[in-house]
Amino acid sequence: MSFDSRREGDKVVLALTGRIDTVAASDLWSPLVKAAREAGEAGVIDLRAVTALDTTGATLLLTASGHGPKIEGASEGVAAVLDRVRDALAAPRPKPEPRLPWLARIGRGAIGLYHNTMDALAFLGELLTILMLTLLKPHRLRLREVLRFLDEAGTRAFPLTILLGSLLGVILAFQSAIPLRRFGGEIFVPSLVGISLMRELGPLMAGVILAGRTGSAYAAELGTMTVNEEVAALRVMGMDPMAILVLPRVLAGLLVMPILALLLTLSGLVGMTIIMGLLGFPLVTVTTQLQAWLSLKDMLGGLFKAAVFGLAIATIGCRSGLGAGRGPRAVGDAATAAVVGGIVAIVLLDGVFAVAFERLGL
Amino acid sequence: MTADAVIEAAHLTARFGTNTLFRDVSFTVSRGEVFVILGGSGCGKSTLLKLMIGLVPPAEGSVAILGTDVWSAEGEAKLALLKRIGVMWQQGALFGSQTLQENIEMPLAEHTSLPREARAEVARAKLGLVGLSEAANRLPSEVSGGMLKRAGIARALALDPPILFLDEPSAGLDPITSAGLDELIKDLAKSLGSTFVVVTHELASILAIGDRCIMLDKAEQGMIATGDPRDLRDHATHPTVRAFFRREAA
Repeated sequence: MSFDSRREGDKVVLALTGRIDTVAASDLWSPLVKAAREAGEAGVIDLRAVTALDTTGATLLLTASGHGPKIEGASEGVAAVLDRVRDALAAPRPKPEPRLPWLARIGRGAIGLYHNTMDALAFLGELLTILMLTLLKPHRLRLREVLRFLDEAGTRAFPLTILLGSLLGVILAFQSAIPLRRFGGEIFVPSLVGISLMRELGPLMAGVILAGRTGSAYAAELGTMTVNEEVAALRVMGMDPMAILVLPRVLAGLLVMPILALLLTLSGLVGMTIIMGLLGFPLVTVTTQLQAWLSLKDMLGGLFKAAVFGLAIATIGCRSGLGAGRGPRAVGDAATAAVVGGIVAIVLLDGVFAVAFERLGL
Repeated sequence: MTADAVIEAAHLTARFGTNTLFRDVSFTVSRGEVFVILGGSGCGKSTLLKLMIGLVPPAEGSVAILGTDVWSAEGEAKLALLKRIGVMWQQGALFGSQTLQENIEMPLAEHTSLPREARAEVARAKLGLVGLSEAANRLPSEVSGGMLKRAGIARALALDPPILFLDEPSAGLDPITSAGLDELIKDLAKSLGSTFVVVTHELASILAIGDRCIMLDKAEQGMIATGDPRDLRDHATHPTVRAFFRREAA
């Protein structure tokens, strides 16, 4: 392949030789297009010495000739490829998306938000209806499925929960002991850590674990089923995806979260006890402090919050999965929405609980 | 390998554990022809294709494409070989997060030094070749099954490879779309001089596009026929080949 530019009278001849394939076109693209632009209507692209042409080469020649030069001297085979690519490039281009004015974009966003909220409420309503129906006819509950999800969301999360809980207890105890030591208040570390874990951090951290492990798994699994039209197949067979797919998962989330929160809290207290031991406080001192400062009310409040968090995370995970769009990207988007939505939801709910418990004097 | 042969498969055997799909399959594919691999479900057509493009290793035998042994080539030699073949997958295998045009621009960006606007123009030309110009900005999830197949061909054509492998191009398509795709394959083979290796069991497609074919059979674990598909339809004596071409129960 080579390219040569020469002047013949009032014409500028851009002569090409050899095989103009993808590799040659890569090298020739910029110089040939530049030369064609400079030659304009006076230019001639001479293909007499071109032996072969592929579609990328043809695209280059047609792009160059679009600046004015005429194509001449193409052999029959080269001309056939040129004609085919010319037809291909002449096909209508995609219509550009109309860009809406900013007010219309805000309006569209608001309408989208409204529809999304309505869909979420409809989903909750449907879930509550199924829950009521199942309470009236408990034999319809797919207990085996509930147990499977309890295992997946619960027992398989125990090692991670114990690890994170004990580390959290160690860190909290260590970090709070440093400032309290300045006032001789290290003795209050168990009460500080105990109340923090039982009322707030236990349910919250267990919620983060559930959202990351289980919420995302629910969304990915149901999202894949939606993409593969398995959910549609269930509906067409007269089976309710809410009862078959969602209810067992939501019940598992509801039931497993208090256990995870309790396990995380107990692991944290063990971690804290180890640090207190290293600081010179015997076990009996720690337990006495915990007994003095912690009440059953704290524990039950924490466990109730955890159950609500579990319900929210599982519901958001299932809704994200069932609302997935098309294609593999939709599954990833659903999993992300489940984790982000789950974590935001538990933080918001925690705020609501904080205000409610304060108002109720709990 | 003869001067005109672009693919030479010799004594190929495919085996998964103790299950032998086919054994001792040998054939050559000539430059510019549409070569069809046909057979009933489960006979190993797609496995043979994967074996030819270097995805599944043969238990025995060898495949040479354009004089390079697929299974002994490594590094730059393997890359050079891969740039000279294009594959259309059964389900399109387009990247879901990219538009059709971006899917075609990707190999151009990776393997050529074309400037960005040139890549866009070349991608547009490839989409135009398969009649998808107007869908250039759509995601794979936003187009129909037939459009996905055609976009898959456009991506296989991205680097203008001399050999294209198509896995079940017309499976699951309506007769009109399927016939359109057959026309496209014939046109590309004629005007671009590309060699096509097509895996299919769609009888209408085989007869419409195939210059030559081989037929695999699950029961005999190997190749039971080779030749012009129209000759096989009219003159085959093997009962399975006759049943296949005459749409009879075996």
